[in-house]
Amino acid sequence: MIEIYQHQKSYIHLLNTRVKTLFTLVFILCVSLSPTGTWPAYLLFLTVILAGIILSRLSFKLLLIRSLISLPFVLAAFPILFTAPEPHWQLSINEKIKILISQPGFERFISIAIKSWMSLLAAILLSSSTHFEELLSALRKLGLPKPIVSILSLMWRYLSLMIDEGRSLARARDSRSAGKSNVRTIGWRAGVTGKMVGNLLLRSLERSERVYAAMAARGYTGDPLYRTSKSFTKGDYWILTCGVMLCLLILAFAILSQ
Amino acid sequence: MLPGKLFMHIPDGFLSIPVSIVLWVVSIVVIGIALRKTSKQLGEKEIPLMGILAAAIFAGQMLNFSVTGGTSGHLLGAALVTILLGPWAAILVMTSVVSIQALVFQDGGLISLGSNLFNMAIVGVFVSYAILTVVNKIIKSEKTALFSSSVIASWFSIFIVSLGCAVELVLSGTSPANIAIPAMASIHALIGVGEALITLGAISFVYTARKDLLKIGSASKSTNKGILIGGSVITIILAILSPMASSHPDGLEWVAEKQGFLSVAQDSIYNLIPDYVMPGLTNEAVATIIAGIIGAAVVFVLIIGVAQTRKKTSS
Repeated sequence: MIEIYQHQKSYIHLLNTRVKTLFTLVFILCVSLSPTGTWPAYLLFLTVILAGIILSRLSFKLLLIRSLISLPFVLAAFPILFTAPEPHWQLSINEKIKILISQPGFERFISIAIKSWMSLLAAILLSSSTHFEELLSALRKLGLPKPIVSILSLMWRYLSLMIDEGRSLARARDSRSAGKSNVRTIGWRAGVTGKMVGNLLLRSLERSERVYAAMAARGYTGDPLYRTSKSFTKGDYWILTCGVMLCLLILAFAILSQ
Repeated sequence: MLPGKLFMHIPDGFLSIPVSIVLWVVSIVVIGIALRKTSKQLGEKEIPLMGILAAAIFAGQMLNFSVTGGTSGHLLGAALVTILLGPWAAILVMTSVVSIQALVFQDGGLISLGSNLFNMAIVGVFVSYAILTVVNKIIKSEKTALFSSSVIASWFSIFIVSLGCAVELVLSGTSPANIAIPAMASIHALIGVGEALITLGAISFVYTARKDLLKIGSASKSTNKGILIGGSVITIILAILSPMASSHPDGLEWVAEKQGFLSVAQDSIYNLIPDYVMPGLTNEAVATIIAGIIGAAVVFVLIIGVAQTRKKTSS
């Protein structure tokens, strides 16, 4: 369900995961650091990420749909449209109601939305061209502590199992209430949901005991478990350097053109 | 398919770099301490328990109940895990959940992951633990203490985390304080009720099925003083200072005021949206405090209601 695109083969998919991860972080950092309203620089950043998407041969439409996930959060920046200072644009709805939109506020709002969207595209590109286990082993090589990597890797292995259990609980609830979500009071509905969550937690606690017993039986003594990643070649080093330089150049351009 | 969305996972681009970096550093330090404490307590059992429980919390966040008109109640789970595992392990479980949400599902950004971890994994757990401890000290009856403390802790964990989230957005210059703080506070005062109800349901289920697992009242009373103090301080600072902060003009408006533009700006606000959350209240601090009081009252009424139905079913 979750890993549908990661099996494809393309230049981006085959690229060393550490290169991809570091580049994505540098890209997002540079996008975040570029000042408000530097539109030409934004266009350059967008070109970089679009080039990545085209090279990855992922469906642009699907990435676009996935990138809408943080759209509701734009609401958080919405008020600055009206609270930022002069000069204002005036929109008249009728004689009495006039809306004043601050021009600097508008600039900031659009900048935040674009920067956030480009960062999101980069993160989606990384996660949909990389196996999660590979990503974890790359993060381990980059210094993420062993226990965290092991916990995340084990969580990943049991995630789809737990989601399935959650789904079957939800299906059981829906079939017992004839598919109607509005039966009885809110308190009752919430209580049932809470008991489902409690059920899930108990099952997971018991399962973790069994998993631990099985791991111990196979000789587990607390050493972390994760995959090892590909080695870092000279070619990877050059690709990463070029990518990072490109981002920094665009950032410098953004700051100078401000 | 995707986990239940709370309005708390801040995407990239919304926080300024200084805010992100400071919160990344704080998160790394606290998670590091949590790792050491947990591996000391649990030994080699740590990894399977944390990993599988994190997967269960992730799945639990997808279960929701319809409230009304398309809205639904969700779970964050910080309070629930704190009750089950104690604070340090809860920090690790929530860290895993929030990290996977950011790394795989893009629910929350990568540069802003530090502040999302700080909010949901650290503040959420600290606040829950502080309130659980305090309520368990006040109420003597074990069962009443367990249920009421889990309701209050889960409501407050959501409310305080949302205030923290709003303050970070204000500090980054993304939202004006006098709108972001009251808006986030009032929305999450309601969402917190959903959290409290689900947590209550889950805890009462575990209480009936495996009472032995609930040892929050007895376990490690003195060892976690740091979290108790930290959680209390965070709760008090955010609950008292953010309404005060929200009644002051933010940086931008301050500039506008200095230059005599405030009257123009205010006219524009009043034309589209009123500058306060509750109609009829001109003071945002009052409005936020009232939102808080209403939320607390709702929780209180719920506790009484639940207690009543329990009495009825037992008699």
